[in-house]
Amino acid sequence: MSPSEPSPAPAASGPAGAARREDRTLGLLLCAPAFLVMSAVAGFPILYAVWLSLHRADLRAPDDFAFIGLDNYATVLSSPIWWNAFAVTLLIAVVSTAVELVLGMALAIVMHSTTVARGLIRTAVLVPYAIVTIVAAFAWRFAWTQHTGWLAGSAAPLTDPASAIVIIILSEVWKTTPFMALLLLAGLATVPVDLLRAAEIDGASAWQRFRWVILPMMKPVILVALLFRLIDAFRIFDNIFVLTNGANGTASVSIVAYNNLIRGLNLGIGSTMSVLICLSIALLTWGVVASFGIGGDSGRRGAG
Amino acid sequence: MPGWRGVREEVTHGKEATGSPAMPTPLNLDAAIVRILHPIRPAALLALLVGCAPEPAGTVINVYKSEENFFDEVVARCNRDAAGRYTIVVQSLPRDADGQREQLVRRMAARDASMDVVGLDVTWTPEFAEAGWILEWTGEDRAAAERDQLAGPLQTTIWDSRLYAVPANTNVQLLWYRSDLLPAPPATWEEMLAMAEALEARGAPHVIAFTGAQYEGLVVGFNTILASFGGSLVSDDGRTATVDERTVQALALLQRFATSRAASASLSNSRETEVQAEMENGFAAFELNWPYVYAAMRANNPAMAENLAFAAYPSVLPGEPARVTVGGLNYAISAFSRYPEQARDAALCLANRENQKHLAINAGIPPTLTSLYDDPELRAAFPMADIVREQLRNASSRPRTPFYQNVSAVVAAALSPPAAIRPEETARELRRTVQDALDSRGILP
Repeated sequence: MSPSEPSPAPAASGPAGAARREDRTLGLLLCAPAFLVMSAVAGFPILYAVWLSLHRADLRAPDDFAFIGLDNYATVLSSPIWWNAFAVTLLIAVVSTAVELVLGMALAIVMHSTTVARGLIRTAVLVPYAIVTIVAAFAWRFAWTQHTGWLAGSAAPLTDPASAIVIIILSEVWKTTPFMALLLLAGLATVPVDLLRAAEIDGASAWQRFRWVILPMMKPVILVALLFRLIDAFRIFDNIFVLTNGANGTASVSIVAYNNLIRGLNLGIGSTMSVLICLSIALLTWGVVASFGIGGDSGRRGAG
Repeated sequence: MPGWRGVREEVTHGKEATGSPAMPTPLNLDAAIVRILHPIRPAALLALLVGCAPEPAGTVINVYKSEENFFDEVVARCNRDAAGRYTIVVQSLPRDADGQREQLVRRMAARDASMDVVGLDVTWTPEFAEAGWILEWTGEDRAAAERDQLAGPLQTTIWDSRLYAVPANTNVQLLWYRSDLLPAPPATWEEMLAMAEALEARGAPHVIAFTGAQYEGLVVGFNTILASFGGSLVSDDGRTATVDERTVQALALLQRFATSRAASASLSNSRETEVQAEMENGFAAFELNWPYVYAAMRANNPAMAENLAFAAYPSVLPGEPARVTVGGLNYAISAFSRYPEQARDAALCLANRENQKHLAINAGIPPTLTSLYDDPELRAAFPMADIVREQLRNASSRPRTPFYQNVSAVVAAALSPPAAIRPEETARELRRTVQDALDSRGILP
């Protein structure tokens, strides 16, 4: 931070410099407890998981504990089970996020431009997001259960991989579109009305105003919303756990990790998967940010 | 006044029900506040009230087991008999076996000292014994646990020729069928498939309800078919995968059934409850399920219960009985229990003759004590007694290995969905994945 800060005077000379150094020390001291707590509750488990992932650590054979380097990674990355789960997860994450973005934008515009019953509409839109995921997932499961479900009739769509994944995506979309809409609504509110008026006077149609004024202004918000949802969707667990429990090739990476770690008690393999999920999310995030062209860049161009 | 701190402590006690002898008797006010604060945990609250109200400083024996109907009376009786030596408090686990095991192993791995008696599925004995999580029964205790027990259920409590639990109930699946649709039950799968086809032709309910979801129930069903062909999944010493020609035969039969018109469309998502519902709602003509469905149907659909008949599990080889997979529950003593003596007495009481009879009569759960099968009162309320005993005589068990959970997971995955089985190929896959599971190699699906 401080190097990029435009400093009014050459640093570290005179009483002002000394005072600033003192402030800095005080700041660091004040941060220290939080830093320690964070490294204990977040840093340690992460490092422990990385350490475990390099060992053969199966609770059923506790005496076999041994350092095995990257063997666990080789085992996981050479397994078709993992790659199938990876493909399913990616598919669900990308498709559901894309659909949510479009629907969420539409809902945000409706919420933004509505003049009557504002509170009621906003509340109604948010209802699915307010329902606990497990409860919502059970509602979806019962709705799609043969004979008893009101959506299923005499078919059993949850038993077929393709239709099961479609239902999983649908329930994800239904559940989290309101969240997307809420984030985008906040972004919409930041678009200056003057700009839209000016565009209107210049003869821009509604679509042109949306495409060339609103969208570029909202780019940073859209990026944040996309990232939030992609990260979230990539970790999808409870929906699948309830709807299919990963049967018929519908398992996500989190389900597979859970099966190995919690059911199989294989700490080594389970930790390896957790680390890989973390890395995948980091890569995904990096990819999205890179392909978006970071806000700062376009901002500078706009200013220049 | 105890204040908030006191309340919080009581809540913790209630949840974990650690039941230490030094546990203070709280004021009634505390209980009232807890009741207001935690309306969603009636079980915990009950534990709190039971643990605190009548007995002052007695030993609390925590029993971790799945929820079971009519079990409250069993606990009440044992607590009365204990006459203050201990008080049993049941900590409910989920009804499905996978859910129970997850919670148990998590606590066991953390050496939870609040567990005294644990209700173990018959397949978990090797795993828990090998991990050192449950105590061996010796001398007097062992003799008491073995007395009058049927051989099959007793075998499931033994690992490495040591006894680790007392059998509480046993279980074998039976064939349930609609006597209003069928004059006589089928003896073999061939006959059953033909009957289903004939029923469909005349527009009657014809589904054979079978637990085909990717979970333990599918493994149970497949193990029965495989054992009936004379095969097995794992060698007796639990070290090698035994996949051969008979495995291919069993796979072929399962696949034929799954792709036939006799299979329900939701076969690959059906667990015990769905299977039971298919029968109760009138879609199925046959149901392969545990005897609890008899008591359940009498409660849920008394009209149809009139027509619910039962028979031996259909065989695969004409003239030879099916070798049905043994299920059931055993009580083991946690190695981390602070009161192993009282815990053993409590386990023996929960599994005693009177209580097994009570559960058999009311909940339809097959007992493990030989003499009960000749008890007239029990036979009147539990008409399956003879068939259950007969099936137990030819029963098969699931692979006995500490890595059973891995084996079960890979088998269920390989068989799922049953309609997609390709016998030769799936058998090859099984040979590889089951061996990997036994060696704790590879990853679980």
